Amino acid sequence: MKQELTRRNFLRVSAITGGGMMLSLSFLNNTANAETVADTAFAPNIYIKIGTDGSILILAPNPEIGQGVKTSLPMIVAEELCVDWKKVQVELAPLQAGFGRQTAGGSGSVRGRFTDLRKAGATAREMLVAAAAQTWNVPVAECVAEDGMVLHKSSGKKLAYGDLAAKAATLEVPKNPTLKESKDFKYIGTRVKDVDAHKIVTGQPLYGIDTRKEGMLYAMVARPPAYGKTLVSVDDTAALKVNGVKQVVKLKNSVAVLATSTWAAKKGREVLVIQWEAKEKLENSTEHFAMFKEMIDKGTNPSRNDGDWEAAKKQASKTIEAVFELPTLSHGQMEPLNFYADVREDKVELFGPTQVPDSVRKQVAEQLKIAEDKISISTPRQGGGFGRKLMTDNGVEAALISAAAKCPVQVQWTREDDMQNDFYRPAEMYRYKAALSADKLLAWHQSGVGIGRGIRGDSYVAGAIENYKAEGQALKSNTPTGFWRAPGANTLAFVAESFMDEVCTELKVDPVAYRLQLFEQAKQKPVGKLDYNPDKYKSVVELVAKMSNWGTKTPGVFRGFATWFSFNTYVAQVVDIKLEKGKPKIVKVYCAVNCGRVINLSGAENQIQGAVVDGICHAMFPKVTFVNGAVVEKNFYSYNMLKIKDAPLDVAVQFVPSEEAPTGLGEPALPPIAAALSSAIFAATGKRIRKMPFVEQMT
Amino acid sequence: MPKYTLFVNGQSMTVEADADTPLLWVLRDNLNLVGTKFGCGVAQCGACTVHMNDVAMRSCSLPVSAVGQNKIVTIEALSAKGDHPLQKAWEELDVAQCGYCQAGQIMAAAALLKKIPNPTDKDIDDNISNICRCGTQVRIRKAIHVAAKKQVK
Repeated sequence: MKQELTRRNFLRVSAITGGGMMLSLSFLNNTANAETVADTAFAPNIYIKIGTDGSILILAPNPEIGQGVKTSLPMIVAEELCVDWKKVQVELAPLQAGFGRQTAGGSGSVRGRFTDLRKAGATAREMLVAAAAQTWNVPVAECVAEDGMVLHKSSGKKLAYGDLAAKAATLEVPKNPTLKESKDFKYIGTRVKDVDAHKIVTGQPLYGIDTRKEGMLYAMVARPPAYGKTLVSVDDTAALKVNGVKQVVKLKNSVAVLATSTWAAKKGREVLVIQWEAKEKLENSTEHFAMFKEMIDKGTNPSRNDGDWEAAKKQASKTIEAVFELPTLSHGQMEPLNFYADVREDKVELFGPTQVPDSVRKQVAEQLKIAEDKISISTPRQGGGFGRKLMTDNGVEAALISAAAKCPVQVQWTREDDMQNDFYRPAEMYRYKAALSADKLLAWHQSGVGIGRGIRGDSYVAGAIENYKAEGQALKSNTPTGFWRAPGANTLAFVAESFMDEVCTELKVDPVAYRLQLFEQAKQKPVGKLDYNPDKYKSVVELVAKMSNWGTKTPGVFRGFATWFSFNTYVAQVVDIKLEKGKPKIVKVYCAVNCGRVINLSGAENQIQGAVVDGICHAMFPKVTFVNGAVVEKNFYSYNMLKIKDAPLDVAVQFVPSEEAPTGLGEPALPPIAAALSSAIFAATGKRIRKMPFVEQMT
Repeated sequence: MPKYTLFVNGQSMTVEADADTPLLWVLRDNLNLVGTKFGCGVAQCGACTVHMNDVAMRSCSLPVSAVGQNKIVTIEALSAKGDHPLQKAWEELDVAQCGYCQAGQIMAAAALLKKIPNPTDKDIDDNISNICRCGTQVRIRKAIHVAAKKQVK
């Protein structure tokens, strides 16, 4: 819904986005210093409020899950508004009509909002400049905005935004405000620290888990111990005797214990006597992989079939084949799930970590049979998302418990709860075949199968070679799957790029030079539909080659290379490793990125470095194993995560200079790193690693 | 419920809690010191790291009954004004992404700097084992080095 912003509804708009709501948000979050614009004089649109005292509040419309949008989105507004960033206050916006897509996912927040946020800032700036010009009775063209002031250059007069706010609020809203030229950008493209940096390092309450509210009880929930099991009965006698336990609430397939502290709720849950019954098959990971193999052997209709694989194979002097296995993964975001809900007869208040507040509200409305406009929902800063919170279960569950218990609740999950009740990165298996002549890749055949979904056929080899065939299949399972940072790409990049490295080894060609040759072929003579831009692919491959001095050799250092395109962003990486007692030690990673214009250089670089380390972590260490529907790896003692000793000492990042609109940033640097690392390990040891986690292959 | 008098952040505080309640939940639920975070409950991730007599301690696995009169410091009192060299370095280098694990990371690093004021990369590898899924380890390492230099000044 788009809000028509005219003079008449300024007051209404500023009342909706006004101080009252900000105060309640701050209260929920238990923030010591409630940051509000006390006396809003000018609210030209939903993002901006300027007070008579000159205070400026910019609302960040999308959930902050660590991807940096609480900083980068307001930066875009501030840039066009021409204010001093240090004096700007930033708050996360609640879910509200007028803010557009309030989702964190698909690396879409900045790329979806760049132009609209610039316009929001420019609109306000033009109105403030016009207000000053009227005050001084001079032409608008003689006035400029700078650091929260309007200046009249020839006379040297100046007025602060706070003094102009009341007058600006009476002016017409410009329909097509003039945007700054990029050469005049003061903040966009520079390094800006996270707006919450100080609060984070001083331990101030920022997260859902920190929610404290009058009358609130802490809840822990007993959920089925295995997929396929269903609740039959519960005896809560012992639980109700635990110190601090107030209530036990039975839901459809789970039991909640409500208490005056988290620990009491947990102890109460431990002594519930619950009968679970296996109503469906209790699945095992070993069976999943056995089924994968059968399905790949059987084959299916190709999703893409350029040229003729069979004919090309007959002409080949050699055919190579490789099978890759990827385990199920959990999200392992550091903040275990939680959610606060206060369900009353006529209104519902929800607050907690979610990447999709709109979906949570919709589903709560459906399940509680209450109108959506009676439900308010806002999100705190979140301790990671990675796709887990694209699912709504934690929010909906909290609302159901509050409704049944008739009191406000904070539902807290344990790590074990998160591990057993996830929507996992699905396990997958791929078989690759390549038909080669003495010096050429003639044909490529990939066949993949995964739990819950199949594979896509858009890796860059498609379009660059005459004969390309891709098959994808899905195995039905009652183990749930979902989105996990760079869904699809996070596995496809590993298998396709690892196999490309095997092809390069067979052809005895340089992997960087060969990729450039393929992109040139795709550009000059594309085969079928081209889902990528070969020039942009080349831009990152060439840049990373330059950054890493590709082609030079350092004694004892082994290199791997990979490149991938996802979320409209192109990434190329070189990994340098050493062997320490036969084990790889990552020395340095070079990463070149083409993501259009960079908004916050510090945040962007952080996302790339983080995605690289995250990708190394999940290539090397963890896996989820199902035995009879239960997850074997119940906590971080067996679901192994990377430690600082395993991380590269340095991740060098460079962005291809670009004036184009921003593209995705939170995810695209993760997919290629595992392939680059496995290629470096091959260079060091002569052994191909085709199965994750790598550590299990290196003993 | 038994009562315990704890010495937290320079003050004596009396709480009522079951003997087996982890210090983490006493800090968070009884004392409203929520800067110390819950991540795993089994002393693996380090999000709950506090100092006990200047030594890093994973508070999720320390029962309140075992704390006694030992001196506990949480992230809220690492420095009076939030200006410990590590806190400043963390801000300067813009280390955090989601930020959730960072209080624990800083407390672990602060205990390391007390023990080894100018740690090498190997010292860091050997002493810091906190988990961060955002992957901020590269900046964490740099920030520890920056803070060590600030301390010397």
